[in-house]
Amino acid sequence: MAGFYLFAAAVLLLPWLGIDPYFITVVGVAAGLHIILAVGLNLLMGYAGQISLGHAAFFAIGAYASAILTTRYAWPGLLALAAGLVLAGSIAWLLARPILRLHGHYLAMATLGFGVIAHVIMVQASGWTGGPDGLGGIPPLNLFGWVVDSDTRWYAVMAAATLLALWLSLNIIDSRIGRALRAVRGSEFAAQIMGIDTARAKTQVFVVSALFAAFAGSLFAHQQSFVSPDSFNLAISVELVTMVVIGGMASTFGAAFGAIALTLLREGLVVFEDYEMLIHGALLMVVMIILPQGLFVGIGQGLRRVLALVLSRQP
Amino acid sequence: MPEQLLQFLVTGVTVGAVYALVGLGFALIYNASDVVNFAQGEFVMLGALLAIALLGTGLSLPLAALAAILITVLVGLLLERVAIEPALGAPVVSTIIITIGAAMVLRGAALLLWGKDFHTLPSFSGDAPLNLGGATLLPQSLWVLGVTALLVLLVRAFFNRTLLGKALLACSCNRAAAQLVGINVRVMLRLAYGLSAGLGAVAGILIAPITFSSYDAGVMLGLKGFSAAIVGGIGHPLGAVVGGLLLGVLEALGAGLISSGYKDAIAFLFVLMVLFFEPTGLFGAASAERV
Repeated sequence: MAGFYLFAAAVLLLPWLGIDPYFITVVGVAAGLHIILAVGLNLLMGYAGQISLGHAAFFAIGAYASAILTTRYAWPGLLALAAGLVLAGSIAWLLARPILRLHGHYLAMATLGFGVIAHVIMVQASGWTGGPDGLGGIPPLNLFGWVVDSDTRWYAVMAAATLLALWLSLNIIDSRIGRALRAVRGSEFAAQIMGIDTARAKTQVFVVSALFAAFAGSLFAHQQSFVSPDSFNLAISVELVTMVVIGGMASTFGAAFGAIALTLLREGLVVFEDYEMLIHGALLMVVMIILPQGLFVGIGQGLRRVLALVLSRQP
Repeated sequence: MPEQLLQFLVTGVTVGAVYALVGLGFALIYNASDVVNFAQGEFVMLGALLAIALLGTGLSLPLAALAAILITVLVGLLLERVAIEPALGAPVVSTIIITIGAAMVLRGAALLLWGKDFHTLPSFSGDAPLNLGGATLLPQSLWVLGVTALLVLLVRAFFNRTLLGKALLACSCNRAAAQLVGINVRVMLRLAYGLSAGLGAVAGILIAPITFSSYDAGVMLGLKGFSAAIVGGIGHPLGAVVGGLLLGVLEALGAGLISSGYKDAIAFLFVLMVLFFEPTGLFGAASAERV
């Protein structure tokens, strides 16, 4: 948990370091959102070894549940958030068994297909979702009378939500379920023989990671006060996977690191305009070829090796 | 109504043939390297846009098409050398990210070269539609179907009748064993990438007169090709062809009878349904896991 306290201290200190407020309130809030998504996806990908190329769909379910229920039915924000969680969790639970029975590229295809279908529904079911133009006028989140309506307040809420996500993830990994998941990743067959109900373990982690995504989606809807299908397309699903893999799989802080790195990268590449896609793609390739285990994990291992070398040189 | 159904069928088979070619490319690369190449759709886009650009420089259509195919093959070889060879044996997700990165690089390069505009190629042999029992058939559709059929037969003969093709298949069964019997695995890998880039480029050039091509035209085509390969059972070349045709026909029927906005959802719903009942595709063999 040392890493967690270090991270919490960093989050608390950040606004007082004299950095451009834009980076704290806009980039910081986006990074927090990405951390929740990446940490949740990492439970599924890094620990249980199951790929998902459709995670943006669960992000969308949370966002649209909040958007539709608060604007059309005047539900309070927290109740809509809870409804989004229930909906995303139920869909994940229903899908988990047939989808997680698949392996490797078949699983990638099925999750990708799920993401595309969800996106098509967002665009086409315009009576509910507002179609391609999206849905605006989402009221600010009201937390028991405290209205989250300024950038500073959003930073505080997102910081708390991010820390909650990290804390949950670290504890899940360290629990009985977490150990079962790691066994599944090692070898599903061997885990079964040791008496682990692998289908159940995979279903649980799929639901949990869907809940993380839906939670982030609800916050996103209130923070932007507008949602549209563009925020939940295949590119976003791919970007989430990239965050987990670039950071380093099977490491909660690796996923968080990847989320921050890609948020900053996207922010930094905007100045390149038309060159953005080219540079983004090239960077992904270079990182994956040089450090297949990810930046966070790879750099950590590298530093340890250098340290060991330096120590062994001393007489 | 029967004429309408026939029309949907004709449209579906034409589109399906293109999916089949893209899916065939997926199967080839998967067989040689266990990698699903998410840049496959970008080969299709490159073939189309290069042919259009070369035609614009005054080359004749056959020459422009040939040059476009050759350049795309070179791009495929370059991709293999720069990105795939150094990462051989990496986990599945790493290779997925690498090929997605490669797809972004190709798309980004196309954006810089050709902008965001839509481009189109003139039909190979005129636009006068043929009448087929009440349904109209564009001459270009005949080109798509004919060339696809020819390429499928050639690929099949290549795997079944030539030593080179059998060597490539051997790599897919067991790379280490293939190397032990004297097959140069690296050469086979390059061969697979070159062939598959070439197949993609041909598909792109064939449909360029029917659809509009732009820098991001490869994304959906790549996904549909991947779906075709998965439905057929990945690494099964003929399965990919059947998968592509099925997907194309279903999509056309769905668009015509249900709703054109939902056609992609219908296609992917079909893929999900196939996977729920046949987790390794229609023709894929179940594999045993080694503990």
